[in-house]
Amino acid sequence: MTIWSIVWKSLRHHALSTCVTGVCVALAAGLLMSVWSVEDQSRAAFTGINAGFDAVLGARGSKLQLVLNAIFQLESSPGNLAWSDYLDIQKNPNVALAVPLAVGDNYRGYRIVGTTPEFFAKSQYAPGKRFEVEPRGRFFDPSLREAVVGNFVARRLGLKLGDTFHPYHGLIFDEKNQHSETYLVVGLLEPSNTPADRVIWIPLEGVQKMTGHDPNAAEDISAVLVKLKGGSALAGFQMDMMYNKQGNRLTFAWPIGQVMAGLFDKLEWFDRVLALICYLVAVVAAASILASIYNSINERGREIAILRTLGARRLTVVAAIIMEAGSISALGVLAGFAIYGVIITGVTAVIRAQTGIVFDPFKFEPVLLWAPVALVALGAVAGMAPALKAYRTEVAEYLVPLS
Amino acid sequence: MPLLEISRLKKAFVGPEGDKQSIIDVKYFSLAAKAQVALQGESGSGKTTFLQLIAGILKPDTGSILLAGQEMSELKESQRDRLRASTIGYIFQSFNLLQGYTCLENVLLAMSFGRGVNRGFAEALLNRVGLADRLQHYPRQLSTGQQQRVAVARALANRPKLVLADEPTGNLDQRSGRSALALIRQTCHENNAALLLVSHDREALSQFEHVQQFSQINQTSPREVPA
Repeated sequence: MTIWSIVWKSLRHHALSTCVTGVCVALAAGLLMSVWSVEDQSRAAFTGINAGFDAVLGARGSKLQLVLNAIFQLESSPGNLAWSDYLDIQKNPNVALAVPLAVGDNYRGYRIVGTTPEFFAKSQYAPGKRFEVEPRGRFFDPSLREAVVGNFVARRLGLKLGDTFHPYHGLIFDEKNQHSETYLVVGLLEPSNTPADRVIWIPLEGVQKMTGHDPNAAEDISAVLVKLKGGSALAGFQMDMMYNKQGNRLTFAWPIGQVMAGLFDKLEWFDRVLALICYLVAVVAAASILASIYNSINERGREIAILRTLGARRLTVVAAIIMEAGSISALGVLAGFAIYGVIITGVTAVIRAQTGIVFDPFKFEPVLLWAPVALVALGAVAGMAPALKAYRTEVAEYLVPLS
Repeated sequence: MPLLEISRLKKAFVGPEGDKQSIIDVKYFSLAAKAQVALQGESGSGKTTFLQLIAGILKPDTGSILLAGQEMSELKESQRDRLRASTIGYIFQSFNLLQGYTCLENVLLAMSFGRGVNRGFAEALLNRVGLADRLQHYPRQLSTGQQQRVAVARALANRPKLVLADEPTGNLDQRSGRSALALIRQTCHENNAALLLVSHDREALSQFEHVQQFSQINQTSPREVPA
């Protein structure tokens, strides 16, 4: 028999309150870990993904909207730019690669993006990683009505090689807006865990010259993805000056990660509110431990008196109470990992469905270490008040005969 | 040298109206090693307080309690706890078994605060009190007589030099009480432990060769006071 067995007996004897308070701690732990982990992974993903490009050139407007539209395939395009703008930036000596994009159509809600074969051939969506198609597939021929389907879209819509489909006008699916052109699926992208997985890629001209599109804009594009030579900061700075400061017709969103970081910075207040809620839940959980053990001390007075009569020291009783509080927290934290698993899996699925970005639910985040430790410590601290009450228990008062 | 020697022991409590009520005023009392003595006294005469003072659960206002050569008043509380765990076995009228623990665990727990856990000896003690087939039973699964036998085994768990028994037959019928008392006396004898029993039960006291009137030891006048 050790002090741990006393703690374990007490936890079992007060199973209901142990469970209830444990669930409070579990919720606190699950929320804390989830909020921090999602925030960290979101920031890392959204500021780290750039499809292998350094900048986006688009119509005059918000840099954030431009990046969200061209890189993350979210938001509408801020406007079009002329083909000549693409040719100009392509010729710029600081530019290593410029790939045009055209958006404006969808297939069953999934965005159709027109681009050139260079997007697949020359860009790297992550260092050393190029887009690949699944076996037997190939990238589209720019002169034909062919499509390469992102992995997520293919699985969601059940599109296979050899399937055909009609694009729909606009970014929101409406059956009435079907285009007459028929596209043949010639390739299914291997999963890249990037927004490209949620896109149906077709030749640039396909979007530009789709029936029903404005013929006057047949050579316009939505954006240009730009890779600078050697990722040069100086080149980026010069082009930023040229397009954004001196010019007033186009927007040069550079560097992409910084534009996205700006979004997170703007949303920092929201993170703080979430953090505050998590802290409050943790405090409530600790308070529930305190209340449940504190209230049980009266009922346990006789038990404490018996232990003391058997020779248990006051500090032994105090330690047992604090360890009991810490154990409830520890059990709650263990359950909290399960809650974290459920939340992070759900959030991962939602974010993947919305953006194509895939989180790693099992990725180690510092919060997975500090939050459990902090909660167990908080629980133990919450046990100090009842422990003090137990310390003050007068043995003789509780040893009067029961009958 | 006696196992227990008490002199000029006084203890008073503050009553509900703020007045100080003297409960214990013992000029001298002693108990030899392995002796078995019963103290007879009415309810409210301070017998339990007397035992709790000897056990170091209560601290006297003045006086000396010399137990196994150690002066209790000179010990810190933690030292008194240790001395109690290793030297004294306590049997209560209400048994005071821990309800969440099995018979065996109740005995093992007492050992853990004293000389250390010895599972074999714990089982032997429970076997000796006739509960070999009840080791894993919880107190609620036992009769009152069986519960008192667990309490006896627990009191002897640390091979104490002194067993204090506070109305040990108070919650038992006459037949069970007689049997429990015989068991307590016999097991104390077998374990070389002295026994100091307090009771108001004449039937129980009749089994002892040495019975002292508590009122002769305690000089305070009898009154209605907390036991």
